[in-house]
Amino acid sequence: MLPALEILALVVFALLPLGINDYLTVFFTRVLILVLLSIGFDLIWGFAGIMSFGQAVLFGSAGYAAALLARDLGVTSALLVLPAAIGMGLLLALLIGAFLLLGRNSTGLVFVALGTLTASYTAERLARGWYYLGGQNGIPSIPSLTLGSYEIDEGPVFYYLALGILVVVYVLCRLLVRSQFGLALAGLREQETRVAFLGYRVPHLKLIVFACSGAISGLAGGLYCFHEGFVWPSMLGVVLSTQVVLYALFGGVGTLIGAALGVVVIEMLGFWLSESYQKIWPIILGMLLLLVIMFRPTGLIGLFVSERERIGQFGRPAKRRRDAVARHVAP
Amino acid sequence: MSLLEARGIVKTFGKLTALDDAGLTVEEGEFHGLIGPNGSGKSTLMKCIAGAEAPTAGTIRFAGRDIGRAAPAERARAGLSIKFQITSVLPALTVYDNVLLALQAHSPLWSLILSRTRRAWDVRVMQTLEQFRLADRAADQAAALSHGQQQWLEIAMALASEPRLLLLDEPTGGMSLQERRITGELLLPIKQRCSLIIVEHDLDFIRDICDRLTVLDQGKVIECGTIEQIQASEKVQGAYLTRV
Repeated sequence: MLPALEILALVVFALLPLGINDYLTVFFTRVLILVLLSIGFDLIWGFAGIMSFGQAVLFGSAGYAAALLARDLGVTSALLVLPAAIGMGLLLALLIGAFLLLGRNSTGLVFVALGTLTASYTAERLARGWYYLGGQNGIPSIPSLTLGSYEIDEGPVFYYLALGILVVVYVLCRLLVRSQFGLALAGLREQETRVAFLGYRVPHLKLIVFACSGAISGLAGGLYCFHEGFVWPSMLGVVLSTQVVLYALFGGVGTLIGAALGVVVIEMLGFWLSESYQKIWPIILGMLLLLVIMFRPTGLIGLFVSERERIGQFGRPAKRRRDAVARHVAP
Repeated sequence: MSLLEARGIVKTFGKLTALDDAGLTVEEGEFHGLIGPNGSGKSTLMKCIAGAEAPTAGTIRFAGRDIGRAAPAERARAGLSIKFQITSVLPALTVYDNVLLALQAHSPLWSLILSRTRRAWDVRVMQTLEQFRLADRAADQAAALSHGQQQWLEIAMALASEPRLLLLDEPTGGMSLQERRITGELLLPIKQRCSLIIVEHDLDFIRDICDRLTVLDQGKVIECGTIEQIQASEKVQGAYLTRV
């Protein structure tokens, strides 16, 4: 079921700009970038059991780094600013991760959650008070992203750039979580202590996956900065960090596609409800989130994907395995 | 030089002294039994050796190296493997994946990311499962196994990385008589591969497989020797055998 959902999502998003106006194309480009951010979070929470309330720090810092490159150095080439944004997210994740995850013994879920939350809050306060970063107003009027001499403005071209990047990142994440490393992560998520006693260096495993998540969040931040044309302190803050957690919980963690589904549904609901019921839509959204989390802990994706399929198999298919046994025990 | 030398181990939990100057030595290829009444400190001593508990005092040397402050993962990589009293297989994963997870534990992380050893481990996984009579359950989730089978799976996982010393804490706990007999049969062949420390209440079971025994009572070692020596010991009879 999972591959079918993934292919369906790809087809829908590949054809979407053909049937919608530019306004909606801009909206869905934003959704695709947020999907990238949500997938980065799912990688650490859904697959490795690391709860982070600080994804916005990685996202926003990379956004600010890309904005500064464009504003101060005039660098707008996608081939430079996007790798720089990835590097910023990666570096910051390594720094935060080294502080929160490394140590003789593995650190607890609450410690990491509170540590990342603190980082998010601190970063937002810092950005608000730092004149060089534009203070409360952030950095406006960021020039367009370029590829050679071509300017990539918001619209269908930016949409397909975001979609292309998202597909590449998704495939890489899928390969990672189904690899032997993914099996180690599954072990980590299920029983961290047991995995450590098998000989896995748990803090290193966590740091690697946290760094991957940082790189993805950084890439999303770089794209977002050029898509919106400005960056602002809330991009680093607790509200966005919490929103990312809600996306993944709503859609369902541990499948990647669930995290993407969460973003699409929440953002679309928010988009339409905010037009029709401007004042009460946050309450409706909050109620919906609460209902899903209370009555369907596996998220929306749990309607389509069984727990067995979500966890998957890392060894060979069952049939071949039975054949191998039959061959082995045959006289 | 002994494979494992634990000396002067003290472990206190607040005012409670669980281990008081306890210790034991294990030679290469030796099967060593750890017995004693409930609450005598057997499991605590095992946990101190494996790194699950930090001793309050004492030294632990393994293969000539002081591992007293090493993290559990480093002890495992040095060749020390444990199966805890409470079964802790990974229930959501398949039986096959549980063993693969254990087998690949010491592989470099980059080789795991590239899945370079998955195919190479396949034969080893199946051999391990066959040895523990679980090959036909390879594709099932570990949660679907019976209690006895989960214990065997966990022993298989503990053995997968080819440890030099295996620590088994009550491997037959909760098993039927038939399962206990099979467990004994499964354990004997591993004598060729590694040393063993086993905590067990079933003295008949332990008598069949162990070379030497250490007897703990109230956190102290009251006797250590061969089965015959332990059986003849008045101290043991007074402090332990008369209570069971």
